[in-house]
Amino acid sequence: MKLLDQDLSFEALNGAVAAYAATADEAGLLAFCSAVKESGGRLVALWGCDERKRGQGFVLNVACGIEKGMAIVSLPLPATDPEYPDLSEIFPAANRLQRAVFDLLGIRARGGDPRPWLRHANWPADFFPLRRDCDASQRFPARNEDYAFVRVEGDGVHEIPVGPIHAGIIEPGHFRFSIVGEKVLRLEQRFGWTHKGIEKRFEQMSLADGYRLAGRVSGDSTVAYAWAYCQAAEALTSTQAPARALWLRALFLERERVANHLGDLGYLGNDAALSFGLSQFMRLKEDWQRLSGALFGHRLMMDAIVPGGVACDLSRDGGEQISSQCDAIEREVLILKNIYDEHAGLQDRFLTTGRLDPALAAELSVCGLVGRASSQAWDLRTQNPVAPYDQLETQIVTHRAGDVAARVAVRFEELIESLRLIRRIVSQLPQGERILPLAAPGADTGMGIGWVEGWRGDVLVALAADPEGNIRRCHCHDPSWLIWPALEHAIMGNIVPDFPLINKSFNLSYSGQDS
Amino acid sequence: MYPIFKQILKTGIKSEVPPQPDQALRVTAARLEDAMLKTLGRALVIRHIDAGSCNGCEVEIHALSNPYYNLEGLGIRFAASPKHADLLLVTGPVAKNMETALKRAYECTPAPKLVVAVGDCGISGGIFGESYASCGRVANVIPVDVIVPGCPPTPEALLTGILTAISAR
Repeated sequence: MKLLDQDLSFEALNGAVAAYAATADEAGLLAFCSAVKESGGRLVALWGCDERKRGQGFVLNVACGIEKGMAIVSLPLPATDPEYPDLSEIFPAANRLQRAVFDLLGIRARGGDPRPWLRHANWPADFFPLRRDCDASQRFPARNEDYAFVRVEGDGVHEIPVGPIHAGIIEPGHFRFSIVGEKVLRLEQRFGWTHKGIEKRFEQMSLADGYRLAGRVSGDSTVAYAWAYCQAAEALTSTQAPARALWLRALFLERERVANHLGDLGYLGNDAALSFGLSQFMRLKEDWQRLSGALFGHRLMMDAIVPGGVACDLSRDGGEQISSQCDAIEREVLILKNIYDEHAGLQDRFLTTGRLDPALAAELSVCGLVGRASSQAWDLRTQNPVAPYDQLETQIVTHRAGDVAARVAVRFEELIESLRLIRRIVSQLPQGERILPLAAPGADTGMGIGWVEGWRGDVLVALAADPEGNIRRCHCHDPSWLIWPALEHAIMGNIVPDFPLINKSFNLSYSGQDS
Repeated sequence: MYPIFKQILKTGIKSEVPPQPDQALRVTAARLEDAMLKTLGRALVIRHIDAGSCNGCEVEIHALSNPYYNLEGLGIRFAASPKHADLLLVTGPVAKNMETALKRAYECTPAPKLVVAVGDCGISGGIFGESYASCGRVANVIPVDVIVPGCPPTPEALLTGILTAISAR
């Protein structure tokens, strides 16, 4: 089939997700990306594969979000000197993804930003871990890196370097602020500190056990990752998880969303000097996590979603506990929302702070709740719903202002909507099996795709396996990749003391993007 | 202000009794003398360092400050600099890219430089293991006093580990 009137022949991929794949040459890829941009679509992910052992060269995959779902264009590349055209002129957000692809695989964007991204100076520049013939158990001595930050010069301009170790209980990353007085002229991020070689590690795992690693790419989104991984594994093996399992997966995903939104709303109050908000919301979050622990055996619901189904069930009594807790939490959240709304000091800090303009958000392919607070109306649960979301009528939440206040408002409204969804899931949970066995793929597989709207944004897992069910390639993509660059813009012109508040209103994953 | 006071009064005091130390979590002999512990009580300053975690441990470390565990109520607080810390709470397998930063933070920490390695990854490298990108367990990079198992450890387990580090045998 054709998509966006382009001269490429797309095929619908097997599985639950609305994903379409096509192979293209350079001109076809560039034309398709431009068509996506013009039609109001966005870049979702970009990754490479080494297919030399299968008699081919390298492959670059570009996933775009369009109305119909996900369109993946694959560009075959030669085994020697693999290069492809720089896509960052069409999608600026491709910059870091392209640099990461080079660091891991040694395939280069022609004319793109030559600086490394995931590689610091701690392994050689010609060591490409994701090449199939690369021995990733090699060790190298740690070295200091001289990274080429962009310098801002002029009267009174100076720099504040922050990180990798930050001043709070936060993941490591480096922020380089160029400021005049208190005003931020420019922020440049340098990440990759928590790169753990996850994608190489997948090559030592089987389809049946990779879900545990996927669930640890970004711990606060463990449910979203595990579900996306299982969608991909089930697509490759033509396994259909039972209906009850799908509904329970949605229950876990919405519970994860509520837990994270509760925590964020507390910290957003705290970063604007209302510590009362932190105590109250963290109390609610603790109540929430304790019930997850009691009913599902894990406070974050890690490993609750497994290939073929779910690892734990829900009793009638458990369902009643969940529903009554939703009522209790909703009552308290509405009281606290009223307090936040009426608090002049808090609103003074929230309103107009850290503004991400909707047009810029579109240009940068910003997704997730940060995107929705800047008019980017993308939510898989409403646009490309998989079961059970196709029966839940999820209401998408969007705001236009793009400031901290808008991101707070999106969290409040999504939280209330998730509580509604949870009560509905519990009341309509279908009976039946909770798990079916995962078949072996039987042949060398193509690509299986999982795509889930996590609390932060859409998580993508692209998976391939050999006939015995060993993982050949697993790419996990965190929504943070596409939202971090927007933070560099949202902080411009704000004062340094507002950075923690703005950063918290984004609350992005370091581990997810470093992986 | 009235709605805030009303909510505080309605919520009441949620703090729970903290767990007891568990000497089985020690990997080295206790290094604090009884006399020192008596003088300092349990006043303790912690510097948290994420050396490469998936951020699951961080979710639970944050929970220590909620009203149920009320860490500050025990005289324990988090500091922004290792120079102000008595104890480093280290999570993750140590990512290769964090090896130097972790060593530097350890060097900056004044004696007694207590170190608690958090989570299955901090103890063994966990599911990530050792590779070009991961140095594995925390003890491969800096000396460790106490370990807290779990993926991630519950807040109660974290509290047990921290209190063990500042207990005498």
